[in-house]
Amino acid sequence: MKKFYSVPLARGLVWLTIGLAAGIAFVAGIRLALGLPAASNYLFTEHAWVFGGVVGTLAFLASHGVMSDWFKWWRGQETSDHHDDPAGWLKYLGPSLDHKVIGIQYTVAALILLVTGGTFALIFRTELSFEGQQFLQPGQYNTLMSLHGMIMIVSILLGIAGMMNYLVPLLIGAPDMAFPRLNAFSFWLVVPASVWLLLSMPLGGVEAGWTGYPPLSANPSIVGPQMFFLGVFVAGWSSILGALNLIATVVRMRSKGMTTFRVPIFVWAAIATSLISLTATQLIGLSFQMVMFQRLFGMGFFDPAKGGNPILFQHLFWFYSHPAVYLFILPGLGVISELLPVFVRKPLFGYKWVAMSSLGIALVGFLVWAHHMFTSGMNEYLRVPFMYSTLLVAVPTGVKFFSWVATLWKGKVDHPMSTAFLFVVGSIVVFLMGGLTGPPNATVSTNLHLHDTYWIVGHFHDTLFGGFVFPFFAALYYWFPKATGRRLDEKLGRWHFWLIFPSFVILTLGMMRIGLLGMRRRIFDYDPALGFQTWHIVLTVAAFLIAISVLIFIINLVQSVKRGESATGNLWNSRSPEWQVPSPMPAHNYETPFEVVGEPYDYGLPGSKYVEFVKK
Amino acid sequence: MRHYLIVGVLVILVAILTYAGLDAAHLMPVEASVQAAPIDWLWNLEVVTISFLFALIVVPLMYGLFVFRRKAGDTSDAEYITGNTKLEITWTVIPLVLVLVFAYLGAYTLGETRRVDPQAMIVKVHARQFAWSFEYPEYGGFISDELHLPNGRQILLEMEAEDVIHSFWVPEFRVKQDVVPGRVTQLRITPTLNGSYKVRCAELCGSAHYQMESQVVVTEAAAFQQWAAAQQSSMASAQTPAAKGELLVKNNGCLGCHTVNGSALVGPTWQGLFGSQASLEGGSSVAADEAYIKESILDPQAKIAAGFTSVKMPAYVFSDEDLANIIAYIETLK
Repeated sequence: MKKFYSVPLARGLVWLTIGLAAGIAFVAGIRLALGLPAASNYLFTEHAWVFGGVVGTLAFLASHGVMSDWFKWWRGQETSDHHDDPAGWLKYLGPSLDHKVIGIQYTVAALILLVTGGTFALIFRTELSFEGQQFLQPGQYNTLMSLHGMIMIVSILLGIAGMMNYLVPLLIGAPDMAFPRLNAFSFWLVVPASVWLLLSMPLGGVEAGWTGYPPLSANPSIVGPQMFFLGVFVAGWSSILGALNLIATVVRMRSKGMTTFRVPIFVWAAIATSLISLTATQLIGLSFQMVMFQRLFGMGFFDPAKGGNPILFQHLFWFYSHPAVYLFILPGLGVISELLPVFVRKPLFGYKWVAMSSLGIALVGFLVWAHHMFTSGMNEYLRVPFMYSTLLVAVPTGVKFFSWVATLWKGKVDHPMSTAFLFVVGSIVVFLMGGLTGPPNATVSTNLHLHDTYWIVGHFHDTLFGGFVFPFFAALYYWFPKATGRRLDEKLGRWHFWLIFPSFVILTLGMMRIGLLGMRRRIFDYDPALGFQTWHIVLTVAAFLIAISVLIFIINLVQSVKRGESATGNLWNSRSPEWQVPSPMPAHNYETPFEVVGEPYDYGLPGSKYVEFVKK
Repeated sequence: MRHYLIVGVLVILVAILTYAGLDAAHLMPVEASVQAAPIDWLWNLEVVTISFLFALIVVPLMYGLFVFRRKAGDTSDAEYITGNTKLEITWTVIPLVLVLVFAYLGAYTLGETRRVDPQAMIVKVHARQFAWSFEYPEYGGFISDELHLPNGRQILLEMEAEDVIHSFWVPEFRVKQDVVPGRVTQLRITPTLNGSYKVRCAELCGSAHYQMESQVVVTEAAAFQQWAAAQQSSMASAQTPAAKGELLVKNNGCLGCHTVNGSALVGPTWQGLFGSQASLEGGSSVAADEAYIKESILDPQAKIAAGFTSVKMPAYVFSDEDLANIIAYIETLK
């Protein structure tokens, strides 16, 4: 028991529970003292649950140890920048300050949520296979569908944070992130956030989709939406603080000689992404907080009966949530641009254009949010300017595609293709499908038909798989040896790719197909007259094949950590600094600092180097 | 040069085949309104463009992967080419022009779908969890749970939601518009093809969102007039209070949530309700008499039937006479 309590994660979860209970007891007690009802269908009123959630979050963070250095500073004590992490896997459960440990923590947490959200999808996908009700209730379906969305979004946020945390300091030659304690704090916020998201299930569920539009999400008969909002709110803090840290790191801690246009392309993508999370996340937090307050205190922000406006919520929500999809995909596109030159042995075509296109997407992304609202009833004339701004995103995105093809053209292409390279190519194809199905949603007239259908579901799954999931897998196959000194099994890797790629293409094309013909999104059952059952069976089979491929990948990860083929050298023959030192990376990164003496991707230029280690 | 030639030919070939395939697949449902025509026209242009751009990227990508693959044993790097500014400008400017053209066409076709006919027939649409009802002010204001429309005449839908956001969408008409509580939203539709369609709520509105569908019938003007006249007289010709009540519950969307055959939807069934002891949320029970049913219609949150908390029924407004008729109808459901 004592040993269990000494594990920071376990200790934190114990205190999270105690904090939750204490917060509930406090509010319930006050309500009883005031003569107000304290009980509801879900044991206590939502006031008690929300306050308990806030107290539980703070109790988790305070007891886990991630804030202990700050407490020491408060008391005037000195601390060291380097904590002695416990040996072995236990260090991943504690408040390590090492960006590589935190990167792996983020990545593993992302995979756990990916599997959770994926399982939810399999459950409701199976329900949809056949016409009529199978084994779920409509309310359960809505909850699984809503949480599938939000859990996957948090998973993506964790996945990109994992890649950025692990890679950015290595790529720019920094010993760690600029604010290591803040870095650990950002990660550990995610644990309470995930607990609250999942706790919404037994508290009546979430029926309003991941978008949580009021008035539906303000339905007071269930407590679930409150825990959902609280979870997203806490996860948002993680995202904002992580972005702040990353920008500070890149601005202040680059190696000597790493001028603006000698920064690795992935770092450009990370900067573009962080600019969005730093400045836009507040808006989803705000919009969800306003619904929480509407529910808790009767503030009628979005309640027409009290003079509120439900469409205002949609503006606030999408002001983050549209740029958010760009922040999900930019690091993935950065991975594609980073890996492609290595695998084709040729410089990245138009480096500056690719770097600037990331910033271009990020900046234009701020001006397009209302394209989610073309049918919402907002001011009609606003639809046209938002159509123009939205279509502009296609331009920098196109630059990336053309540059990738030009990079590959006349290269010496990796053959037989390694799994990481397969996933890079898969990303390009899938993201292209997502990209090309975007403009019809942007032109208002066609959007009037496409909006809120399965077409949209297919489209955004293409963008997120092509822009995040596939590049994430590519990055894991590519940098796994850097983290562990062993490589993932290539044979299992091929199974993984050749199962997931065709299944996924069929899945999304099938979704788009029935969407155009009248399949609405977010429905528990469909009209038999539409004749969609065969398609739904195909989609379910494809979804299960994807699940099997991910299972193969997880098995591969677990067994390769211990028994994978040893790979300590420059496995990919890359010019990037992290591959110039042996794997796995030592605790404090580069023992001798490096200086940038050339361009990052000058493959084919004889005698050139990107970095040179400074002799002591 | 040979590579460029082969890829150029393949791009054109693949683009044509892709478009031909997509076109043959009949991507859209039948076109049944004037407003659908400009939308389908732009859609088709977009499918052409998508087919071409898909080929333009995928063909050189696959060709490159195959043709430029590294020979066994070759460890050297490829040719040192870092970029080409003219090319970059080309593939920035051409797409820019292309998207501006599409934005212009998008605005133009949007305008086409919004063309106003001052003679349009107004139909008021009421959306509530989980049913549609349609009011015809031009025909004495009768209310129907089916949307009947005369072929060829522009209809102006004036839509109001009573609880949460819904969305009016008939796929065959293409256009879609959310229905938002607290405001009136509009949609114009001019049906062009006789037939039976369905309006399907496209905005998630709660647990039974999936079944929020109503029949839409497009007929020739004469048949529509007949139907409207029959609807108008049916209310007058209903003799007994129960028969009047039956019409009222049918046309006001009550049956979206309550059944009359004993099975439960998101609301309790009415079969055998009247005169029974209704068990309530919280364990108590109440005699299901006139007063209880009346209260449950006018103030649904006052007493909630056990097990039916997940959907909050909106309050209804009926005249005392209508209420009495509805209760008389419920009384017949033994």
